[in-house]
This record gives sequence, C-alpha cells and structure tokens, in this order.
Amino acid sequence: MDQSIYRSHILICGGTGCVSSGCKEVRSSLEEELAERDLVNEIKVIETGCHGFCEKGPLMIVYPEGVFYCKVQPEDMEEVVEEHILKGKVVERLLYTDPTTGENIPSYQEIDFYKKQQRTALINCGYIDPEEIKEYIATGGYEAIGKALTEMTPQEVIDEVKESGLRGRGGGGFPTGLKWQFASDAEGDKKYVICNADEGDPGAFMDRSILEGDPHVLIEGMILAAYAVGADEGYVYVRAEYPLAIKRLRVALEQAEENGLLGENLFGTDFSFKLRIKEGAGAFVCGEETALMASIEGERGMPRPRPPFPAEKGLWGKPTNINNVETYANVPAIIKEGAEAYKQVGTEGSTGTKVFALTGKINNTGLAEVPMGITMREIIYDIGGGINEGKEFKAVQIGGPSGGCLPEDKLDLTIDYDSLLEVGAMMGSGGLVVMDEDTCMVDVARFFLDFTQSESCGKCTPCRIGTKQMLDILERITVGEGQEGDIELLERLAENIKSTSLCGLGQTAPNPVLSTLRYFRDEYEAHIYEQTCPAGACEELLGAYVIDGEACVGCTVCTEACPVDAIAGEAKEEHLIDEDACIACGACVDKCPVDAITQ
Amino acid sequence: MACSCGNAEENQEKYFAPLKKVLENYDKKAKDLIPVLQETQEEYGYLPQEVLEEIAKSLRVPFSQVYGVVTFYSQFHLEPRGENIIRICMGTACHVRGADKVLDTMKEELGIDDGETTEDLKFTLESVACIGACGLAPVIMVNDNTHGLLTPETTVEVLDQYRG
Amino acid sequence: MKSLEELKELRERFQKDLRVRKASDKPKVIVGMDSCGIDAGAREILKKALTEISQRDLDVVVTQTACIGECDNEPTVTVDLPNEPKIVYGDVTVDKVEKIIVDHVVEGNIVKDLVVAELNE
Ligand SMILES: Cc1cc2nc3c(=O)[nH]c(=O)nc-3n(C[C@H](O)[C@H](O)[C@H](O)COP(=O)(O)O)c2cc1C
Ligand code: SF4
Ligand code: SF4
Ligand code: FES
Ligand code: FES
Repeated sequence: MDQSIYRSHILICGGTGCVSSGCKEVRSSLEEELAERDLVNEIKVIETGCHGFCEKGPLMIVYPEGVFYCKVQPEDMEEVVEEHILKGKVVERLLYTDPTTGENIPSYQEIDFYKKQQRTALINCGYIDPEEIKEYIATGGYEAIGKALTEMTPQEVIDEVKESGLRGRGGGGFPTGLKWQFASDAEGDKKYVICNADEGDPGAFMDRSILEGDPHVLIEGMILAAYAVGADEGYVYVRAEYPLAIKRLRVALEQAEENGLLGENLFGTDFSFKLRIKEGAGAFVCGEETALMASIEGERGMPRPRPPFPAEKGLWGKPTNINNVETYANVPAIIKEGAEAYKQVGTEGSTGTKVFALTGKINNTGLAEVPMGITMREIIYDIGGGINEGKEFKAVQIGGPSGGCLPEDKLDLTIDYDSLLEVGAMMGSGGLVVMDEDTCMVDVARFFLDFTQSESCGKCTPCRIGTKQMLDILERITVGEGQEGDIELLERLAENIKSTSLCGLGQTAPNPVLSTLRYFRDEYEAHIYEQTCPAGACEELLGAYVIDGEACVGCTVCTEACPVDAIAGEAKEEHLIDEDACIACGACVDKCPVDAITQ
Repeated sequence: MACSCGNAEENQEKYFAPLKKVLENYDKKAKDLIPVLQETQEEYGYLPQEVLEEIAKSLRVPFSQVYGVVTFYSQFHLEPRGENIIRICMGTACHVRGADKVLDTMKEELGIDDGETTEDLKFTLESVACIGACGLAPVIMVNDNTHGLLTPETTVEVLDQYRG
Repeated sequence: MKSLEELKELRERFQKDLRVRKASDKPKVIVGMDSCGIDAGAREILKKALTEISQRDLDVVVTQTACIGECDNEPTVTVDLPNEPKIVYGDVTVDKVEKIIVDHVVEGNIVKDLVVAELNE
C-alpha cells in the first residue's frame, strides 16, 4: 500500500547529546518493533537535531499527541509500540516527572524547562529532520530569501534588519544591520560572507545545536546577507570538534544546491551564491574574526589589527561580512515576519530572543531560548529547576572566558547586552555556568586564566606574559602561598592587559578575575590571609584527616586506600592518621564503612 | 619514517602515494594548506617531517610556514598517535562537574599523562576545551563517539569498551 | 528554484507530510485500539481509515485511543471535529468507514444510525 500520509510520527532526538546516550540503538529497536507489527506504513520515524534537554536524553516525541518520552532505552520500545502506538495508552513510566510535584507530564510544552522558552532561532530544532530539506521548506523555509530576491532591493533587506534591532549573537552585540551596511557600502568587485561557527566558549553549544538541528536556517540567513551586501561567495567556519554538525551541514548544502537554492541565478534572478565549509583546526583564538580569516587563508590564526575592519578589508583583502550562527539564524524570521513583529520580543536595546546554554550545578541542563530582558532568576530557577542536590546558589558565570561571575544579589537583573556590561560580565555567546557553594571562586578565576593563557596566540606581550603572571599568582593563592599585595597586583596586571592587547582575547581575559574580585573578594582574602578555602575545593588548603577512635572498628580498609601510607593500625584496633604525611586526598573517607574519618 | 632498505626510490613512492592522492584534489595553492594538512593527517595518523617537506614543495610555501601552521593549531601532530584518541573535556561546564576526576582516572588507568600516547600505541590522551555536549558534563570523546555524565567508575567502563 | 511560486507550491506539497506534527486543532478520526477494539478487528478499521483520508488528501489526523468504555460496541470510531462534540460510532466495519468519512468528516453530516455516544468535553 502506498501511503502518502502516516497516522503517527515518532521523533527521536539525534543530536550529539542523545547520540551519546544511545539514541541510535533506540531507533533500531523501534524500527524492528514496528516492522514486526506491520506498522511501517502507518508510522514514520524521524531523527531530529537537539531538542535542548540533552540531560534527559535519549528523547522521543510521539505525534499527533505530542507525547514526550525521556531517557528511553532500546528495551522500552516494545512497550511503546505495543501500548502506545497500537493501543493508544501512554507509557507513564517514560514520561518526564516534575521533580517538585512528582507528577508525570505527557506534553513537553507543559514542562517547566520548556514553558518559559520562546523559540525563534531554535524553532525547528528537534521538530524537523535536519537532513531533509523538504521539512525545512514545509515550515516556510527559504521563503524569506525568495521574497527578498524577488520583491526587495538589497538596501531594503539591510533596512529591515537594521529596523529589527538585531545585534550580533557571537559576543560583542554589534548591530547586525549596521555591519551589513558597512560591507554593502564598501567598494569592491568581490565580496564575501562568513559564518563564525567556531563556538570556542567552553560551556556553550547553541551554535552546534542549530547546525545539527536546522542547518538550512543558517544557509538561508547567509544567502540573505550575501544578497544584502553584494557577495557571491561564502564560508562557514566550523570547529573540527563538531563532526556531526559538519556532516549535517554538508548534507544540507548538497540538498540546497540540488534544489537550486544555492548556485547560479537563484529564483530566476541574476543573483548567484556559492557556499563552502571550512573546518577549524583547534585554536580558540580563531573565533576572533580577523584570526578566523587568516585561518581560512591557510595561515596561522593570529588576529590582525582593526581597522581596517573586515567590512572594508576582510578575507583576501576583500570586503567581508562575518556573523555568528545564531545571528544568521534570526534573519529569515525578520525578513519573513517583518522587523516590527520581531521587535515585539525582548527589550528596547536588545530585541528578540537569546539562546542560553544552561550548565553546571543546576537541575535542568540544556539549551533554553528566552526573550531578552528575562531575569537570571527566571532562567536558573523556573527553567533550570534550581540548584541540584539542594545546594546553595553561589554564582553564575556568563560570557565564557571574556565574561564574569555574578553573585546572588544580581539574580534579579534583567538580562540584555548592556545590563550585563554594567555589572562586569557580558553576553558572550550565552553560556551560563551555574556554581554552588562547593565551587571556589578563586579556582574559577584560575581556570579561566589557565584557558586564556594557553590559548593566547602570543602576538602581544601583555597578553602572553601578563596572563601568565596572573595565572602564576592565582595558582599560588589556591595552594595557600598567596601574599599580601597579590590582589592589588592582579588588579594592576588586569588593567594593563585590558588596555594594551590587540584582540578581544587579551582585552577580556582579565574579566573573570576582575568580576570575582569584585563580588567575591573575601574568598581571595581567606585564601591569602587565612590559608583556607571557604568552598572546601582547593585541596592543598584542606587540613589533614583524622580518625575518630571511638567509631573506628579497625577494619584496615583505609590503610589500603591511602596512596601515601599515612594510616597505621592493627586489624580490629584503632587506626591513626599521620598528620604530616597525609596529603588530604580524601581517598580513605569514602572507603570507611563507619564514617569515622573526618577533616 | 620511510624505510631505507631495498629499492629506496620505490619505497619513497609508496610512502608518498597517499599524500599524492590528497594533493590531487587541490589546486596546490597556499590557501589549501590547512585542508591539505587535515586530510594528510587522516591518511598518516600524524604529520611526519618528510611529508611536511613534500607539502611545502607542492604548495610552494616555505617549510617554515608549514611548520608554523602545524605547531599553531592543536589539531596537528608531529608524533605518531594512538589507535584510539581520548579527548577529555576540560571546559567550564565539565570543570565544575568534576572533569578533573575523570582526567585523573584516565591518567591512572592508562599510565600516561595528558598529551601522551601509550607505548603500545593503543591510546592517546588529550584534554580539550568543550566538545559541545555540556548538558551531559562531564564528557569525553573517544574517536568520534561522545560519552557523557561520567563518574570515575563509568570512565573505566567506557575505557574497557575500547580496550578490546 | 525558479520563482517564489514554485517554492510555495513545494511548500504546500511538503506541508502535508508534516500535518501530523501540528495536530492539536485539526479534525481527528480516532479508532479504539485497546485490547477490546483490536479483538473486534480495529486494526483493519484503522488501516482503512488511513487509506481513505490519504486518498482524499484530507487535512485530518487519524489516530488511536485506549479503551473509552464502549467495549460492547467495539470497534469504535470517534470523529472529533473542532468546536463540535465528539461523535462515537460503534460496531464499525471496514465497509462503513468510507461512509463515516465522506458523510461526517467531509460533509459534516453525522451518520445517525451508527452513533453510540456523544461526548461533550
Ligand atoms: C578570542 C575571541 C574568540 C571569539 N570566538 C567567537 C566564536 O567562537 N564564535 C563567534 O561567533 N564569535 C566569536 N568571537 C567574536 C567574533 O570576533 C565576531 O565578533 C563575531 O563572530 C561577529 O559576529 P556577530 O556580530 O554575529 O556576533 C570571538 C572573539 C574573540 C576576541
Ligand atoms: S591579545 Fe592575545 S590572543 Fe589577541 S592577538 Fe594579542 S596575543 Fe594574540
Ligand atoms: S586523606 Fe588521603 S592521605 Fe590522608 S589518610 Fe586519607 S587516604 Fe591517606
Ligand atoms: S541532543 Fe537530544 S536533546 Fe540535546
Ligand atoms: S564544557 Fe565540556 S562539553 Fe562543553
């Protein structure tokens, strides 16, 4: 029977997160079960990109009901097919359970994590098959470029983007329409557009998710930019650590070419556009736009002085427009629905939505797209479900290695580009790493400095040497060798590096230190003056362990656990830890059956 | 290293054959340096000195530039690497969720340090900053497979899958 | 792609495949598929309903449901049109499926002699 419609679609998330949780096996098991019951003509199985809630993966959504199953395993498929697909009974045990009410929630729109979200850039992620251009077209895909090419002049496209208030999602928040205007105004017979998909900020994965879940929206956004600025060639620079994203993008490019959506004379006009993929080679600094272009040209990815800006002299010296993945992904909606509609969401200075990657010590980790102007508290508590294991919130890091840590009293701050800068952080790419009472803020600062220090390209002395000096001081502090004057020295070095570095990496590298000094200075002081780590995280600052003689049953387990033989004692007798030998590794604590060992 | 016994010329030819094939796909310009290096490394597993010299000649760029590029990007390797590449994410999300413990466990299990390869050339251990699966932190990638929500115990289990 | 019209035509065509995923306010034909229904032959009813809808290219969702308490009248087919009470037909046979779809779903006339219940939400 040739069935043109199916009575049910089963969507399985095939994003990187769910692949690692085993969605491929789930899919094969599901297909076997369907085949066994002669259901393949009635039920269609579709693999989508990331649905955002990776932690609960593998995820599965059954339409038309829209039932949301999480943590599905291959062995659950028999029951899903037999009970749900055949008999129409929802399999309760696979539903999402609300952690506070204990209720099972069948539809994902009802889950707190999704309820407050508002999706523009991610609208199709987890909803369509990214390897099937038909599905993108069915959602109205490529209509924006069709409309632009046949009904709008390039300047009208630019004006619409300007009017929308869209700002770059890659970090700086530069107005996108204005950037396009510069590239359009630049003189040149040849122009390029580039998509920055290097996504170097550790803890952020929204660009990856768009590439994997809805690659065509990026392609369409780039064609619009190319038309607007007058470019006929483009590159997507993707980091090599994203093999699945590269594969999906490649498939999408092929399908767009086959359908005449890339190539010569699009929509019967004389506009032509060619798009290629460039794989990064593993250097964080290549996310900086001028370094990225150096890398495409085949050189070491070292930033170049600006001006000239890429809009005037970019790739191979030609005028070039470069934007982030999420920035481009917002453009088709602006052209299709109009700037006016787009502006309705967000704040006056920061319109639209922003995708945040919620990670760290939080109950619901994943991707959340929310209107600009939402508060940090809403994101962390309403969407993120609060701090996990019932711990206390301490700080949230936003903006990655260029950003800052915000304390509890900034939770009610409404988030937009400008408000974040005022409090010493920045939007960055939208990575939100939540930290609890067990996280040491000096260690966090050390972590970021370690990162930027090793990623500095070495061109500027303050960035290369200065960050190293700062890192040395921070390391000293975390092992209890901090000295009076260290904090002031850090501040001086920070100011110096910020003002004399060539590129954004150096200019922002001190931010994590400065923001933790601003809000958590007492933690630094405790490390330096009292040799203690209030969070109990810096191992060298923890005292030796002691055994409570009363409780000890003399089982000898701890003696074996100790890597430095610091524990002595006969079997069935009280054991003793040699304080000087003990390195406070804590290995014995977990082993003791009667919890007799404490610090 | 190219073997020097027997017919040296013939051996040379065999040794460079994969490189020749890679080069066929490019118009031999400096801009192709990085993709050529990437593909060549796929063929050889790393980038031997002789091969780099050959690349410099074919693309007509100074050897110093080739060397500069290779040492700049962390993706390129001048030494032979293990059959399985283990990348441990040390990104922020993984850091706050205990990536150190995963790294320590790996180091201990394999008896090598970060950046090293086991003597039997079975495993290479590398720390990386974020592989984009932060929702499942802490995360590692073995070859192209991602494994998430790791503890020291499950780290060993994952490793065992590849020990074979 | 030669023109915007061509794209819009494609969109119309491809959208049909995605209907099932936007079902909340669509007309539905629901077949009782619990054990009681399946024993009474609901599987064939479901297949037939799907074929009919598909051949007529209707923007209607065909789906299944668990027992609705009409075990004596299985197989049942429920027609759920937007803003109208759900009509449950009982003792449906494969031959009657077409009539239900043509008369009720397409033309809006309830097939009175087969109705066993009317559900108001
Ligand atoms: C060290 C450094 C790393 C950067 N990494 C990225 C990145 O991974 N992705 C990105 O889109 N922008 C990154 N940027 C910002 C880019 O230089 C550039 O501003 C951005 O791609 C412009 O796009 P937008 O206007 O759409 O935000 C980085 C900047 C610096 C200084
Ligand atoms: S600031 Fe640092 S990363 Fe940027 S160009 Fe200078 S040395 Fe390189
Ligand atoms: S904490 Fe570590 S070093 Fe100290 S006694 Fe226990 S096992 Fe030994
Ligand atoms: S990968 Fe499946 S939800 Fe993110
Ligand atoms: S921080 Fe580890 S995967 Fe992103």
